[in-house]
Amino acid sequence: MAIVELKDVAKRYDSMPGKKGGEHANAVEDFNLITRDGEFVVLVGPSGCGKSTTMRMIAGLEHNTAGEIRINGQDVSAVEPRDRDIAMVFQSYALYPHMSVYHNMAFALELKKTPKDEVKKRVQEAAKILDIEHLLDRKPRALSGGQRQRVALGRALVRQPQVFLMDEPLSNLDARLRVEMRAEITRLHRRLGVTTFYVTHDQTEAMTMGQRIVVMRDGRIQQIDTPYNLYERPLNRFVAGFIGTPSMNFLQADYQGDTLRGEGFSCSLNPHQQAALGDAGQRARCWLGIRPEHLHQADTFTGSGRLEGAVEVIEPLGPVTMAQVRIGETLVTAQLAAHLEVQIGDTLALAFDPDHVHLFDIDSDRTLGLETDPAVSAQATA
Amino acid sequence: MSASPTNASPKRRAPTRRLMAPAVLFLLIWMIVPLAMTLYYSLQDYNLMMPDMRGFAGFLSYELLFTDPVFWDALLNTLLLVATCLLITVVAGLALALLFNRTFVGRGIARTLAISPFFVMPVVTGLIWKYMLLDPVYGLFSWVMRSMGFEPIEWLSSYPLLSVVMMISWEWTPFALLILLTGLQSLPEDQLEAVRLDGANRWQEFRHIVLPHLGQVLYVVVMLESIFFLTSFAEIYATTSGGPGTATTNLPYYIYLGAFYQYDIGLSSAAAIGAVVLANICAIFLIRFVAGNLNAGSQR
Ligand SMILES: Nc1ncnc2c1ncn2[C@@H]1O[C@H](COP(=O)(O)OP(=O)(O)O)[C@@H](O)[C@H]1O
Ligand SMILES: [Mg+2]
Repeated sequence: MAIVELKDVAKRYDSMPGKKGGEHANAVEDFNLITRDGEFVVLVGPSGCGKSTTMRMIAGLEHNTAGEIRINGQDVSAVEPRDRDIAMVFQSYALYPHMSVYHNMAFALELKKTPKDEVKKRVQEAAKILDIEHLLDRKPRALSGGQRQRVALGRALVRQPQVFLMDEPLSNLDARLRVEMRAEITRLHRRLGVTTFYVTHDQTEAMTMGQRIVVMRDGRIQQIDTPYNLYERPLNRFVAGFIGTPSMNFLQADYQGDTLRGEGFSCSLNPHQQAALGDAGQRARCWLGIRPEHLHQADTFTGSGRLEGAVEVIEPLGPVTMAQVRIGETLVTAQLAAHLEVQIGDTLALAFDPDHVHLFDIDSDRTLGLETDPAVSAQATA
Repeated sequence: MSASPTNASPKRRAPTRRLMAPAVLFLLIWMIVPLAMTLYYSLQDYNLMMPDMRGFAGFLSYELLFTDPVFWDALLNTLLLVATCLLITVVAGLALALLFNRTFVGRGIARTLAISPFFVMPVVTGLIWKYMLLDPVYGLFSWVMRSMGFEPIEWLSSYPLLSVVMMISWEWTPFALLILLTGLQSLPEDQLEAVRLDGANRWQEFRHIVLPHLGQVLYVVVMLESIFFLTSFAEIYATTSGGPGTATTNLPYYIYLGAFYQYDIGLSSAAAIGAVVLANICAIFLIRFVAGNLNAGSQR
């Protein structure tokens, strides 16, 4: 178990061409994070945002070009990967093809000259936890994807390392297995309490597994927070759009008096939101963000927010139906009741509660009014 | 493998055989006919100097062969040649392959240069080594020796077999390098990273990951090279002509001498059969050895 500390960490690959303006020329930039002991941290972000690079720097497979990485207070920049006592689960599993499952799992211990009985005991134990005892004599090639995944996890488990790193370990599995393994990894973490970094590009995975989530984009951290806070109080428009499925809807709006208006929608703001926009001074324009699950049919809901447009897509999912409504240039997604009595082309009137509206700066995409958000200040003083 | 004939329906099996027939027939003619002819001639008393005094000789040629000390010398030379050349080319090829698998400036050019000896014809190889490198007067080696203040070595007369081994190894190391390098490049990077995180040092990484990965490829290299080393001829013909004495006479050269110096077709056919037997013994041992190693490697 360990506390991992990343301070101003940056990585620049030699072969990386400097992008124009040189602004995002680094694969990872200004990465700051201190884990708690035994914490489960999820790195999430679109493909190519530097998640793997960050993990590989923690593992020591890549050198950070700036900043400092500390494990339990010790600067590890001069420590070889093999001496860091970190176990990594690769996306490709990277099992040793010529070794049996047993030896795959025992290998690290054998290298450390662990007594045979001890090795056997630990492998059996891990195999039991992961339910792969009957596979121990097999070669990796004789295993299914899910079984390989378990072996890869087992190989990391038997080592009882200080830190687990998992780089998209579930992305090669089918959807059902992924959900199963997700729960299993969470269960394992709760049981072992080892500090874990988990990489995924899937926000659902991040939300369900992470105690804290690091949202990344273009090598930069966008926000580090709990799943709940990421959902409720995203720091910017990127995080707001990335967390939650389907994504939050964004509309450009004008602020007049106490109402936000745009083509096809209007909404009166609460005092707190008015204050936030008032702070913005000249900026009478802003982004309005509203999640699909906060949009309702107008005839069944009484909120001051109104939105109206022609239906273009209807997707019945069973428990709910997704409707996409054209508002000016954008398609707004609404999550509505299962039996939706609407045809494509009909005009659909939607309503929403202004309290669910997120406001973003039109230029910087930053969330407006966070400083004055009563929930945030309550949390800060708590 | 999954579409093995046992799985196929009877209806499908018959045409499979018929379709295979031309290839099998071709192989039979290609291999069995020359072998049968050699066997036939080895049982004949047939000397080109006296072509009309020809007749069945039974195993006389074999008796002569086995009592000929030169034959045993040739056999020993052949085995020595094959073993040492294999050892040198595989070890050097592996070392070079590991080197060329890393990135460094000018790797492309260096790799091309390292592989080029393989494209030199064997006779030319012999001549290059004989006149440009090993010659005690004009050779590069003797120049180096002299400029360092040593007496130059007369390679071809003092160390004839070693000289031949050097030539053949020089010619064939690139082959091993080329095949082993492709093998190395097909090794997934993440396995190396995994084993590094598992606590392996460089040697353990090589021993437990790289070497097992190369197993199949090494097998191919050893098999192909031993076949070619068993039949090396041009290098010897162009340099030492099997001498001095019988120092560099290997089986192919012995057969050549028998057929084209003594014109004794019976004797050289018998020797050729001996060579075939030897090649098969080698092949069986090699297959056993390599297969055993592969299994052992995969069991751990
Ligand atoms: N070995 C490398 N050499 C050069 N650039 C790389 C290398 N590995 C990754 N990159 C670049 O660094 C950025 C981040 O990559 P990565 O960390 O793999 O992203 P992610 O895991 O989030 O998908 C990408 O732009 C990628 O092209
Ligand atoms: Mg990645």
